[in-house]
Amino acid sequence: MRKHIKSKMIIQLVLLSVLTIAMIMLFLTYQTYGNWEFALLLRGKKLLAFVIVGILTSFSTITFQTLTQNHFLTPSILGFDSLYVLIQTVLFFIWGSSHQRDPRLFIINVVLMVFLSVLLFSALLKKEKQDLFLLLMIGMILGTLFKSMSTFLQVMMDPNEYDKLQGKLFASFSNVEVSLLVLVIPIVMLLVILFMKAANKLDVLHLGMDQAINLGINVGRFQKYLLFLISLSVALATALIGPITFLGFIVANVTYQWLETYKHTFLFLAGALLSILFLVSGQFLVEQVFQMNTTLSVVIEFSGGLYFVWKLLKERGGNT
Amino acid sequence: MKKTIPIGLLIFFSVLSLFVGVQSISITHLFQFSDLEQLVFWNTRIPRTASLIIAGATSSVCGLIMQHLTQNKFVSPTTAGTMDSARLGMLVAMLFFPASSILIRSFIAFIFAFLGTYLFIQLIKKIPGKNQIMIPLVGVMFGNIIGSVVTFFAYQFQLIQNMTSWLQGNFATVTKGDYELIYVSVPILIICYFFAYKFTIVGMGEDIAVNVGLNYERTQMLGLLLVAVTSSVTLVTIGGLPFLGVIIPNIVSQFYGDQMKQTLWITAVSGSLFLVMCDILSRVIRQPYEVPVSLIVGVIGSIIFIVLLVKGAKE
Repeated sequence: MRKHIKSKMIIQLVLLSVLTIAMIMLFLTYQTYGNWEFALLLRGKKLLAFVIVGILTSFSTITFQTLTQNHFLTPSILGFDSLYVLIQTVLFFIWGSSHQRDPRLFIINVVLMVFLSVLLFSALLKKEKQDLFLLLMIGMILGTLFKSMSTFLQVMMDPNEYDKLQGKLFASFSNVEVSLLVLVIPIVMLLVILFMKAANKLDVLHLGMDQAINLGINVGRFQKYLLFLISLSVALATALIGPITFLGFIVANVTYQWLETYKHTFLFLAGALLSILFLVSGQFLVEQVFQMNTTLSVVIEFSGGLYFVWKLLKERGGNT
Repeated sequence: MKKTIPIGLLIFFSVLSLFVGVQSISITHLFQFSDLEQLVFWNTRIPRTASLIIAGATSSVCGLIMQHLTQNKFVSPTTAGTMDSARLGMLVAMLFFPASSILIRSFIAFIFAFLGTYLFIQLIKKIPGKNQIMIPLVGVMFGNIIGSVVTFFAYQFQLIQNMTSWLQGNFATVTKGDYELIYVSVPILIICYFFAYKFTIVGMGEDIAVNVGLNYERTQMLGLLLVAVTSSVTLVTIGGLPFLGVIIPNIVSQFYGDQMKQTLWITAVSGSLFLVMCDILSRVIRQPYEVPVSLIVGVIGSIIFIVLLVKGAKE
């Protein structure tokens, strides 16, 4: 029986890979008008960003949802989006728009986001009574605090600078710096290895905190470790392209529904493939069908919202 | 009596609020205003202070009622999707009825606020394991999702700036002639007072409420309706005031207990007091300009909220 389920999942994964690769090929070659080199260069850059963001988002969201035992939450609840906005605003405020292509900005961004979240975890998860939800709640409130602070600075800002800042605050896959990707790829590879290594323990954690403790996992330390991995992933993804909230939500939930398993190794693989597929086909739609009249992040947020409401209504109907 | 302290403070700060501002109005001129002073006083100062008092009272009372309805200390219009749903309603009004009056706009906002909050209450019934903090977290996620739909359409129709500046809590724009809608909240506050006892019982749980012969569903609906009306009216006339509805009821219940009939007035008064003080701060902090009061409320409110949470967790 178990073998049967496993082979079914492997078939599903292969199917998904084929579909994703086909979509990638279509995305790279559709209507290139013979300008192969140029199109590949331009689209290849975007594709690389999709792969990186897809992996980071799906891995971190699935881990986060197992950690919190809730499929409605995503790591963005920890206040990363508003922290990103605040850091961007402060840097704009101090340096002005002239530095915005500086890779140092990116590094400062990631380091600050990870540093602050580690500070938060270590301050709050140190006490004997480990309250993960308290941590999340405080992250969320800090999110509002950051938002208030950035609005305050934005109100005081020069209107021209403010316009340029606005452009920076919407998620965008087209302005990804190639030099940054080189910097990010080794870290992403390392993160993938670490997440994959944690997958077995995550399967146990999926059973619940008490069970995990009984089965010999040091839950407190494991939680902190996972939160560190999650915040590094989210910080990287956000600093690279800007805040997108619902990609992880859509991908994680579709993955659960489709795979019907708790095995994190499979969830991770399928989730990553799905998000790449989703991003590539989304971009394809935006470029070829909508003729660039909208941005990919807007498409993601909107379909994420619809999916959430649909899932909500479905859960309601199913349980009553 | 402990209760006279907040009332006294509120009166003091409200009077102070009348005489703080760019156009100096001296209190010694009270009975012999110059023409300019008279204009400023009646057209902006009085409306501003009045709406501050009402908005502060309604936001905190709404929070109190919602906390009883959901049996959760950390639920408020900000953390249950009410505000974001009302925003969606505003957007719909701006898109489909661009020439509509403020009354129609608030009515549409109200319908959305009600539906959104109702959906949220239905949702939390299905959440396994009633963790106190899980529910507001889901509420904020829920609000974020509705918010992103708003952003989607606002972006499509280039209404982002319009929405942001309008819905940011700010009393600087309150002038005679366009704020009077907020008085709708006053009779609703009085209705809340009469139903306070029932809301307290609902707050004890469905079993107890049904046992003492209360129509649980209907009382919950009534509470939701009241909250939705006042939230949308406040949003349309003033804008969003983050966390006011969480922190004030929590502080009040620490001092005066949880019997709603007794704490309702004091919650209202403390909410007004907090907002009036924040507003004075927002006017003096960067003279001669002023910062939107929602910023001050956001900063001070988040800090107080975190302190409350950490303190609550220790106990």
